[in-house]
Amino acid sequence: MAHSARRDSPELPDFSILKRLARDQLIYLLEQLPGKKDLFIEADLMSPLDRIANVSTLKQHEVDKLYKVEHKPVISTSDQLCFLIRPRIQTVKWICDVVNADKVPGKSRRYKIIFTPQKFYACEAVLEEQGIFGDVTIDEWPFYLLPLDDDIISLELPEFFQDNFLAGDQRWVRTAGSALHLLYSLYGPFSKVYGIGRCSKMAYESWREQVEEGEQKARQAEIGNVFLIDRDVDFVTPLCSQVVYEGLVDDIFRIKCGCVEFGPDVTSSDKSVKVMLNSQDKVFSEIRNEHFSNVFGFLSQKARNLQTAYDKRRGMDIKQMKAFVSEELKGLKQEHRLLSLHIGASESIMKKKTKQDFQELLKTEHLLLEGFEIRECISYIEEHINRQVSMVESLRLLCLLSITENGLLPKDYRSLKAQYLQSYGVDHLLTFSNLRQLGLLVEQQPGETLTVMESKVGKLVNDKTAGKLTDAFSSLAKKSNFRALSRKLNLVPKMDEEYDLRVPRDMAYIFSGAYIPLSCKLIEQVLERDGWMGLEEVTRLLNGHEFAVTGSSGVDSKGKNDTQRIILVMFLGGCTYSEISALRFLGREKGYKFIVVTTAITNSSRLLEALLGNHV
Amino acid sequence: MIKSKVDEEDYWHSSKFKAFTFDDEDDELSRLKESRQAVNNIRRLVEEDDDEDDVEKVSWSGEPVGSISWSVKETAASSQRADREPAFPKISTVTPSISRSQSGYSLSSLFKGKPKGGNFQTFSDALTDSSVRLYAPELRKPKSEYKDYVSDWSPEETVQRLQQGKAVSLEKFRTLQDKLLLLDLAIAAHDGNVIMAVLIYLKRTLCKEVLFRELESRQTALRHFIHYLSETQNQRLLLELHRALGRAEDAALLQYKEHLSITDENKRRDFLKNCLSLPFSAEDLAHVQDHYTLLERQIIIEVTDRQAERGGKVEIFQKFPRKALILNMPLITTLYYCCFYHYAEPEGTFSSPLNIRQTFKISEKQYFVTALAARAKLKAWLDVDALFASRNWLGFTRKKSPLSFQRVVDILQKNSAPTHVLQDYVALVDDGELRLTLAQKHKCHNIVINTYRDMKDRQLLLGYRGKVVRGSVEERKIDDLLSNPQIRWKN
Repeated sequence: MAHSARRDSPELPDFSILKRLARDQLIYLLEQLPGKKDLFIEADLMSPLDRIANVSTLKQHEVDKLYKVEHKPVISTSDQLCFLIRPRIQTVKWICDVVNADKVPGKSRRYKIIFTPQKFYACEAVLEEQGIFGDVTIDEWPFYLLPLDDDIISLELPEFFQDNFLAGDQRWVRTAGSALHLLYSLYGPFSKVYGIGRCSKMAYESWREQVEEGEQKARQAEIGNVFLIDRDVDFVTPLCSQVVYEGLVDDIFRIKCGCVEFGPDVTSSDKSVKVMLNSQDKVFSEIRNEHFSNVFGFLSQKARNLQTAYDKRRGMDIKQMKAFVSEELKGLKQEHRLLSLHIGASESIMKKKTKQDFQELLKTEHLLLEGFEIRECISYIEEHINRQVSMVESLRLLCLLSITENGLLPKDYRSLKAQYLQSYGVDHLLTFSNLRQLGLLVEQQPGETLTVMESKVGKLVNDKTAGKLTDAFSSLAKKSNFRALSRKLNLVPKMDEEYDLRVPRDMAYIFSGAYIPLSCKLIEQVLERDGWMGLEEVTRLLNGHEFAVTGSSGVDSKGKNDTQRIILVMFLGGCTYSEISALRFLGREKGYKFIVVTTAITNSSRLLEALLGNHV
Repeated sequence: MIKSKVDEEDYWHSSKFKAFTFDDEDDELSRLKESRQAVNNIRRLVEEDDDEDDVEKVSWSGEPVGSISWSVKETAASSQRADREPAFPKISTVTPSISRSQSGYSLSSLFKGKPKGGNFQTFSDALTDSSVRLYAPELRKPKSEYKDYVSDWSPEETVQRLQQGKAVSLEKFRTLQDKLLLLDLAIAAHDGNVIMAVLIYLKRTLCKEVLFRELESRQTALRHFIHYLSETQNQRLLLELHRALGRAEDAALLQYKEHLSITDENKRRDFLKNCLSLPFSAEDLAHVQDHYTLLERQIIIEVTDRQAERGGKVEIFQKFPRKALILNMPLITTLYYCCFYHYAEPEGTFSSPLNIRQTFKISEKQYFVTALAARAKLKAWLDVDALFASRNWLGFTRKKSPLSFQRVVDILQKNSAPTHVLQDYVALVDDGELRLTLAQKHKCHNIVINTYRDMKDRQLLLGYRGKVVRGSVEERKIDDLLSNPQIRWKN
């Protein structure tokens, strides 16, 4: 790749131990129920489980049949049932039904529920209410962290987002703290912890308490610093269309637990193929962080190289040929397979994106980010809604409009909402209520906004950078925090300059040079300043809750500089592949290595689908 | 991001026991801290035995050194319990105060960093190869084996034990004061699981009037409780709660939501009718009214059309059998449906597109887009044409559209309109460059050829000759132009 990388980036710690740990813990728990048993697995735990164990591991520990939890009566004949579930009330209720149904004919079985990553009292209360407390044994499988790649670790808890930010339910705070604690005890001690957001702060506190409660072992740190960030600090970034390869693949094909299923249109056969997307895939690892416009060129170059390698066969004698087949051919074939898959995927992406006028969509997004031609943007969105183009996409644009403009004018809000309900169904009243609650789609509050903003603008203008600001600034009065943040942090590069996407100059390349993701910019700034000093305005615009603390090992940090440059970033509420790409870029530029820990990988569709109110 | 700072602060301070928020200037917090410390110590003493029990009870078959149980012992042996100090400081910022926003918390001499000297340590450091790493999960007895024992834990200890997932009884908290203290401590601990545990206990032991009253001043707990009630589908209590707290609109929406679980369309319609008396905002009420009116109408249309379809007499239903019921579809889908199957009906019928437009106050543009798509789908090009003409009755020569012609072309093309239809509309695109691009994309040769002629660009025209079908009218036209001596080509 053409990036000017610093070559002294430190090595990442080995996270495969997390998988082994989780597997051993699970086996231990299964052994707690000796003898043959049937295992029921919560649907969304199947993929994570697949990453750490396989069926034969389970069979070895006397698991007879495997079922997916489907909330239907069970047909198992086994006299021992084991349920491996998330601590969800509905699932527990279903188990109660199963047990109670067995009680009617007087059938006696042993039941075990394994909650992961932890149990909740509310679930136990259900067992008690349903009269089966004591009939089942309960355990916890502390499977907090699943490494998806060398530098990505996921809690695989997508519901963290809506539970915490929409419902205001803090049930996962301790979970986040425990996950951090696990990393701390394996790869710590950390020197510094930075963070921003209410939940980050609470998670930090929870972790700190667990450090105090737990045992400490003096050991060599492998992770230097930690940055915690709440998803609601930056909603703009996950709502933008992704244009970096990995993000695009996620937007279009939905990567699930690090694995994607390419359909017949990609494989150009009648079969679908499941592919693991990670650094093991040599083709993928070279294009994952690239802007999509570079991917084709790269792939065709790669194809030519491959051809040359194959062509070497010609003119070989038997002995050379033998060596070629045994040494190189397998690798070439593998590369060939991957290459054709990614070319197929790229073509399919191109087709889909041309069909939906992607260019125009991106233009609208960029205008919203810049704050230009808002009227045109609104009518574009309106047309989108009128034509009943994707329900989620329309919602995404509405939210982007609202956040960047700090709310819609009441007139616009009403009209767009009415048209949305007409196009996609009145039951989306509930969706709008959710979005309002979360602050993603709101009406501008007349009057109040003006005065608050006036004072903010006043402060901004007094700042040293104010010299650069033009007169247009005075019309900012009604504008949003996003605009102010964007100016303050230079998130939107000037459009008149050419941006060479092949040689990115900053993190904006992940959005075609139009926008530097706020989340990653904050991380960059805080690391650079070693704290929040000088970012007072920014944190004020973000409603505060920032912190920066130092543990004692940070003091004598000399001599382990390498560790100091290994930074663990924990996103509470999910992060996107684009953000990960941006951080990887930042790491290469500054000689950091980032480890991204997230409650789940998210993107605009997942984020908004979690907020739809029109399902039972 | 959206919440104002004031709100946010209210939120943090909403607890009556301010001492347990992050704002820890009060000495009550330091007391809490002290007692936590004390508890920690007690716990450590109490549990030392337990831990050992755990290790002994692990009857692990097969795996020798490197197995979990082995490493648990290692962990226990090598952990240093003495001289412990807090490793990281507690954060005490609530307001985003500027002065504190730097990393000024550098507490010196906290936990041990890398040990200096000591060969053993270096040795084990060298062994960081993960296969021999001495780290292991904290194995404990499965929770199911804990005896539920009643004990004399203080409120602070109780909350802490709850946080650690340990058995504890709440029954001794009988006075309202005790209960609320417990709740506030749980809130201060920021552990939703613990907050819920306490709330479930309070729900069981307090009458709802008292519970609701106390929740009102505790927003965090209130939100947990609301979430719990909706997860357990305790609709009745949730509605009562909303009403008791004067959250009329929330209650209305919640009730409205119930319609989603009613599958019978007639019952659903009746339910929606009842919803009209709920205290929605004026704006939302209008939407719910529309929802009711729409479903009522869909039911009528569905009955009629199903008969027509079965009767086999109506041509359009034979030619284009319906793929789905129209029930519960959005308004625009219904309009599209009516434009498709009932286009020419007089305005008086329920299924007439014009009637629907009128009843639901559909905007001109929206109506236009939908009708255009529906008629194009049917390839009723005359209807399509008429849509534009009727805009400008007097002029008639000129087509007018509330939608940009580029969009119109797009819609027509997506409904596979033939070139001769497309080119009429491509020609109407204002922007010359865009027109040319569209013409090329949709193979509207005449437009391309005429444009090049007007540009007097011989080269482009020559190049385009290769793109038209050999021996076609277009090729002849190009040849005629190229050989026309009256044109002054610029190249």
